[in-house]
Order: sequence, then structure tokens, then C-alpha cells
Amino acid sequence: MAGTLDFSPDDRYNAFITTCRQAPFSDGTLAGTAVAVKDNISTAGIRTTCGSKILEGYVPPYDAHVVELLRQAGAAIVGKTNMDEFGMGSTTETSAFGPTRNPADPERVPGGSSGGSAAAVAAGLVPMALGTDTGGSIRCPAAFCGIVGLKPTYGRVSRYGLIAYANSLEQVGSMARTVEDASRLMSVIAHYDPRDSTMLDRPYDHRPVAEVKGLRVGIPEEYFGEGVDPRVGERVRDAIGVLEGLGAETVPVSIPGMRHALAAYYVICTSEASSNLARFDGVRYGPAVDTRKSWHEAYQDLRLELFGAEVRRRIMLGTFALSAGYAGRYYAKAQVARRKIREDFERALREVDIIAGPTMPTVAFRLGEKTDPISMYLSDILTAPANLAGIPAISVPCGRVDGLPVGLQIMGRQFEDERVVDVAFAYEQEVRA
Amino acid sequence: MKTIVGLEIHVQLSTATKLFCGCSTDYRDDEPNTHCCPVCLGLPGALPRLNRRAVEYGLKVAKALDMKVPEESEFARKNYFYPDLAKAYQITQSDKPLAVEGTIEIEDDEGHEKIVRITRAHLEEDPGRLIHVAGGSKYSLVDYNRSGIPLLEIVTEPDMRSPQEARRFLNKLRTILEYLGVFDGEREGGLRVDANISIEGSERVEVKNISSYKGVEKALTFEMTRQKNLLRRGQKVARETRHFMEGRGITTSARSKEEAHDYRYFPDPDLPPLRVADWVAAIDLPELPVARKNRFTAQYGISLNHARTLTGDPKLADFYEEVAHVDPALAATWVADTLLGELNYREMSIAAVPAERIAELLALLRSETITDAAGVKVLREMLDACAAGKPCEPPAAIVEREGLARAAGDEFTQVVEKVVAANPQAVEDYRAGKKGALNFLVGQVMKETRGRADPRELGRIVSGYIDTGGV
Repeated sequence: MAGTLDFSPDDRYNAFITTCRQAPFSDGTLAGTAVAVKDNISTAGIRTTCGSKILEGYVPPYDAHVVELLRQAGAAIVGKTNMDEFGMGSTTETSAFGPTRNPADPERVPGGSSGGSAAAVAAGLVPMALGTDTGGSIRCPAAFCGIVGLKPTYGRVSRYGLIAYANSLEQVGSMARTVEDASRLMSVIAHYDPRDSTMLDRPYDHRPVAEVKGLRVGIPEEYFGEGVDPRVGERVRDAIGVLEGLGAETVPVSIPGMRHALAAYYVICTSEASSNLARFDGVRYGPAVDTRKSWHEAYQDLRLELFGAEVRRRIMLGTFALSAGYAGRYYAKAQVARRKIREDFERALREVDIIAGPTMPTVAFRLGEKTDPISMYLSDILTAPANLAGIPAISVPCGRVDGLPVGLQIMGRQFEDERVVDVAFAYEQEVRA
Repeated sequence: MKTIVGLEIHVQLSTATKLFCGCSTDYRDDEPNTHCCPVCLGLPGALPRLNRRAVEYGLKVAKALDMKVPEESEFARKNYFYPDLAKAYQITQSDKPLAVEGTIEIEDDEGHEKIVRITRAHLEEDPGRLIHVAGGSKYSLVDYNRSGIPLLEIVTEPDMRSPQEARRFLNKLRTILEYLGVFDGEREGGLRVDANISIEGSERVEVKNISSYKGVEKALTFEMTRQKNLLRRGQKVARETRHFMEGRGITTSARSKEEAHDYRYFPDPDLPPLRVADWVAAIDLPELPVARKNRFTAQYGISLNHARTLTGDPKLADFYEEVAHVDPALAATWVADTLLGELNYREMSIAAVPAERIAELLALLRSETITDAAGVKVLREMLDACAAGKPCEPPAAIVEREGLARAAGDEFTQVVEKVVAANPQAVEDYRAGKKGALNFLVGQVMKETRGRADPRELGRIVSGYIDTGGV
């Protein structure tokens, strides 16, 4: 049943940077299904901008591995979704293509950085979308928009073709209205790719099972502490109560390393980003460098003009954190903290099967509400730890506060993505029924 | 004033594909940017995938130089902006190199054996290349064909004491690399050297940009003289980086701004740590130069000098072993002296010479079918044909066609008679005891017979003829 899908969405939330009005598709498990792809994932023949002016007009000559797999599965790639520039933000407001609005309340942000993918799914423009998650970029917009978002175990999905922001933290993952669809998309994209040396051959081939009887659910005190809106905490505790009602058992756990999680996260992601983003110099692709100037002056001017303020800030931070004389105090210390957090999670996950808590400390912010970078960074406190630990985490809608969606986050052991999906599925089936 | 030299050598490993992608490394004579892919162009999203063969080659070198291979080594990013560096970082190894602590034995300036310590060897990728368009163009072009070629960087301790020692070290290293089959010596820019040189007690200067290994001695000699002159005049040597200008044979100061690099090394998150210490045991080393030299003297009974020359290049040594069966001593002289001289003159590679033809030539010489002089003529004809890409005639056919067989019998008698008759003055001079006269007469006979007679033998024959009146 190969063919072409007509796609002319009413994109009132500015979810897409690029739409493909005639999207070809082929046979397969996703034959004819419209799938939106975040604009930091390379698509041969379709421009890929990372939400940045510096990649305006860049058309990749190759498909990311996940895109190859989507095409093989018959999916119709209907467009590239809006995002914070290079994934650097939690609101999709730093995009050079204007902010995306939250379908649950257009005066609010959809979260970020995969805000375009979340909004496209929440608005019903597509049943499923690919996002990427470096410190919460799938789960945050999933929670804010009221959809399901899965960040896989680090090394389960190929990063080949994902334009790197922070290589050691990020994964491509699935976003959908239901756990079942998120799982279905995950089955398509999680296959071994030898071109990504950081991945393992652990394909995901799973249909969710709603079974939590006897499951041990860890409740970390740190996920309900200072900075977490108590009403959000309450919704999440209710959701955990639902799991208990289904036969799960809750156990208090502790992740003491959380105190350093955000600092470690921001040092690591900005350090890696400062190196990753250095290649955008206008020599090989994107807007061309001015050849009348000396090369270093031309690079400087181009990068100053075409990178947004938040991207420049993070490049500066990362450059500083790696500098001679400072790398020991910042980059090296951040790695120590990261190890500690990883160990904390490992220890906790020996006691319990999964860890549950809120995805975000609050509901979606108003557009323009977060003006200072620090308060923006603080909103990643509950999602970034899973990236530091490399463990799977899913966000599933669990009610509303002031009419705005709240997300329940479920984290599991490395390569037990199936289990977090099953728990989310059990909850979703129960509350839907 | 004692000179202290340490070297950093970048060796292009002769793998079929690049260090982190499947692009072919053989781009010689190809158009720019035709051996490129998303990985070596540093396109957004592309990821490096380590070439296992390059690691094996690196470990081969490590084993041959008696180095230690740590349990874990690690790739790091060296961050700097330059238009030929596609990702704006070079994937290299910093804190945790592939191998550490080795040695190479060389001869010092007095001819004694000495040890040069190897500090470390690590893998890294070559950047692309800038091409500056002639005629004052406002921009330069970039060719990424070289981008991602595997390099092994070998760093020595400051153990060399003269530019000559440095040259000998490089010759030795190069020979070992060629024996290991990990390096193509004929590739331009295949071996590039940065040298650190100081006069004992004063500051160290790094000389960069030495792209021919022959240039190393030149660059270091210039730099040594420059530094000594400064010190003699009571001035100080500045600690700096200098560039070698190959064409002018001098070094010039690099702007201090270029030195102010902070490369911000950190482990490359795209590549897991490398644990290859247990591969070393399985690596089979070929016979290395010293062992082969010793075997040549013992097995073939040839001189140490010939053995050293022949084993100085594995291809030459292989060639010798293919023709030695005719007569090891004769083969050694002809290959190490005559053939090598002719090849150098023509800038030809031994690879272009068919061994069986040389074996046939040696057989003609051994059976005294032709003289040495005729042998050289035949050899030159064969080499000219090879160099022109033509088929190489059997030497016997050349001898036949050119009439180069050793002169004998009536023809020979007639020539001697004719020369003696035509040069009465020389005969007189000879009888008067002038040695030059005999040489002149022999030369005339050689000319008439086009080198088909052996000059020493001819001397006896001509003098006998004049003395006795008959051949």
C-alpha cells in the first residue's frame, strides 16, 4: 500500500519548521502513518535547521539511522518540528523560527526542547513524533502538553544523524498520545547501528503489558522537595496511588547525588556543546562565511550573528568549563558528580524495580515568563538525572493542575525500557477505563 | 655546547580506509573532495566509527618498538578552529595514549650504538588540506580528501644529540615502519615531523612543518647554528615555535598568538574507551631490519655493508632474496651497488623492476657470457624500458640484438691487431714504459668492441701482443 500522504495541517501552534505536503510512504508496520521528526534529526532532502539561523538552508545528504528505519517501516515523514535552538531550552522559545504554543493553553509554552513534536501530537496533527532528550527535552514537553514521551536507555537508539548537542547524554525517543503508540514507534527506531559506537545491540521489540502486581516502586524524597509545586506533587502521588491499587508496592528511596545533578548536567552539556557547535563556521554548509574577511574574523562575525543568545551563552559556559586551569574544577568535578548520581540510581534500583515521581516541578509556564536563565535551568532538575545515569524514563499524563497537564515520570534500570513502558501502560489503561 | 633534540613524528598509516569512516585513503591524483562522506566532512550528526585495522597497525608499531600497551586508552577531542578541520576538533589521544615507553636503537655520531627512548605513540586523524590559489586570490580552497586519514603520532624523549642523529633515527624508524607494512614510504607527506631542539641549559624551540624527512636534518642544522650563534653573542634563545621554510632551508618565528592555544582536550563522548592490551599477544611481527641484516651476512656470506644497504628497504631486501640464488655475492654487488645507483639516478622504485630478468642478467654475468661493462649496458636498457612502462626484454635478447656477447676468437684478434697497427706512437710510448699508453690502447679496443671485453683481461692481452707479437 505504498503511496503519498497529503499533509496540509492547520499549524496554529507553530509546531513545524518544515512541512512536507506530499509525504511518500511505503509498506511496513507504520505504512501511511504520519510521523513528525524533530528538526535536529537529519533527513535526506529535507532541510534540517536545529531551530537555528546558522543551519538555515542546510539540506542533509543523508538520513539519520532512525529516519532510515522510519522510512523502512513505511512511515510518512510529514515534517520537521520546531525546537529550542540546538535543543538548548525548556520552552521552545529560543527557536529562530518563533516559539511554539501549547495546545493545552496557547498562552503557555509547550515545554522544550522538543516542543514542536509535543504540540504536533497534542494538537492531533500527527499520531506520533520523534523527539530528542538531552536533559528532559522529550519528557518536559510531553508533560506540559499532556502526551506520552519516552527517553530510551542511553545506547539503545542510534544517534547517527542526530545533530549533537551533548553526545554523552542524549537519545532519540518517541512521543505519542498513547503509551501503545509511543512503544510502537520505539520498536521501529531501536535497532542496532554499528555507526554509533556508544550503542549496544539491544533492540526493543515489545508490546506493552498492563501488569504491575508485586512491582516495587521507589519514591525518592528529592522528587517531592523544594521547588516542586505541591499541587503537582499531589497529582503524582495520586497516580502512584493508582499503581498501588493495581498491586504495586511503594518504597521510599533516596538519590543524595541529586544535589549536584543540575550543576553537573549543565557543565557536561555545555562543555560537549561548545565542541559540537564549533563546526558551524559557514565553510561547508549553512549561510556562507564572508570570504572578504580574514578567516577567524569571518568565523567570529558569522557565529555572533547567527547563533541565538542562549546558544552563545552555553558555548561560552562550556568553553570556560573546559579551559586550561578550570577544567579540573568544572569538567572533571562534573564527571565525579555524574558517577555519584549513576551509582545512587543503581543502588536505588537494586532495592526497587522502578522509580516514580513528577516529570516537571510545575505545569507549563506562560510564554515569556522565564526570563532569567537560572530559573529556566532549574526546571530540568527532575529530568536531567535520568540522562546523567543513562537510564530509561517515560512521562505519562496524570491529571491536571489549573487545567494544565501534569506528567508522571517513571524511571527504570538500564535497558529495561520495556518495564517503564509497561508501568506507564498499566497506569494509563487504569485511569482511562 | 651540547645540542638536544626530541622528535614528534606523524606517520600516515597505510590502511585501506580512513580512521573513522569507510572512505578510501588512496586519493593520490584524484580530484579534491572526492574521497569524502558525512563523517570525514564533519557533517552535522555524523559519528566516528573506529577502524580496527588502524588500531592493529598502531599496536604492531608498539610491539616492534617494545612499547607498553595500557589496559585502557581513550580518544579525546582537541578543539581549535581552522578551515581544514571539518569538525573544529581533531579526534586524537591525549591523557591515555595507545602505547607508552619504547626504544629504538641507532648509531651515534661516533658510530656507537645508542638507545633513543620513545615516550608514547597515539592514534589521531589527519585534517584536510588548504589549497591556496595562485595569483593573489582573496580566498583559499579546502580539500577534505586527507581528512580522517589515520595518523600514528610517535613522540621521542630528547635523546638525540645532533641533526645527524635525528636523521639516522628517522631512517631507522621509517625502515621499521616499512618492514611492518603499516606505512607507504612513497606517499607524499606520509611522514611529517615536528622537532624540539635546544642547546643544553637554554630554552627549547619547536620547529614545525617539516614535511620531508630529509628536511629534518636541514631544519635542525639551521636551528642549531642559529641558537649557538645567539648564545655566542651573549643573547638568549626565546622559547617559541618556528616554522621550517623547506624551499629556503631556514626557520622563521611563528607569531606568538598562534602558540596561545588552549585546546580544551576532553574525552570524545562518541567513542568508548579502547581496551586492546590483549590484542598485542596475537600480533605477529615480521622479521625486523636488524634480524634480517644479521641473517643476510650469515646465510649469504655477504659483507655487513651490503647487508645493511639491502635490508634498509624491505622491498629491496625481498628483491635481493629473489635473485640471490644465482650467486649471492655477485647478486649483492649488483643489487646493492649497480642496480640501486641506477634506480636512484632514475628516481625509480625497485617495485618497477622484474626480479626474474635481473636473475637472468646475473646468470649471464656469472657464466662470463658478457662483461661487467656490457652488463651495465643491458641493465640500463632494461631499466629504461621499465621506466617507460614498456615490457622488459630478456637480457639474452638484448645481448643478441646489440651484439654485446664477450668478444673472443678472430674478431678479437683482428681488433687488437688493428688498434696496435693504427697507433704506433702509443705502442712506442708503451715500450718506453708509459703506463697511460696501455690504458689508451685498451680503451681503443673497448671502443671498437663496445665494451664486450673485460678491460683487465684486455690489458694483459694487449701488452702480451705487443711484447710477443701475437694474441
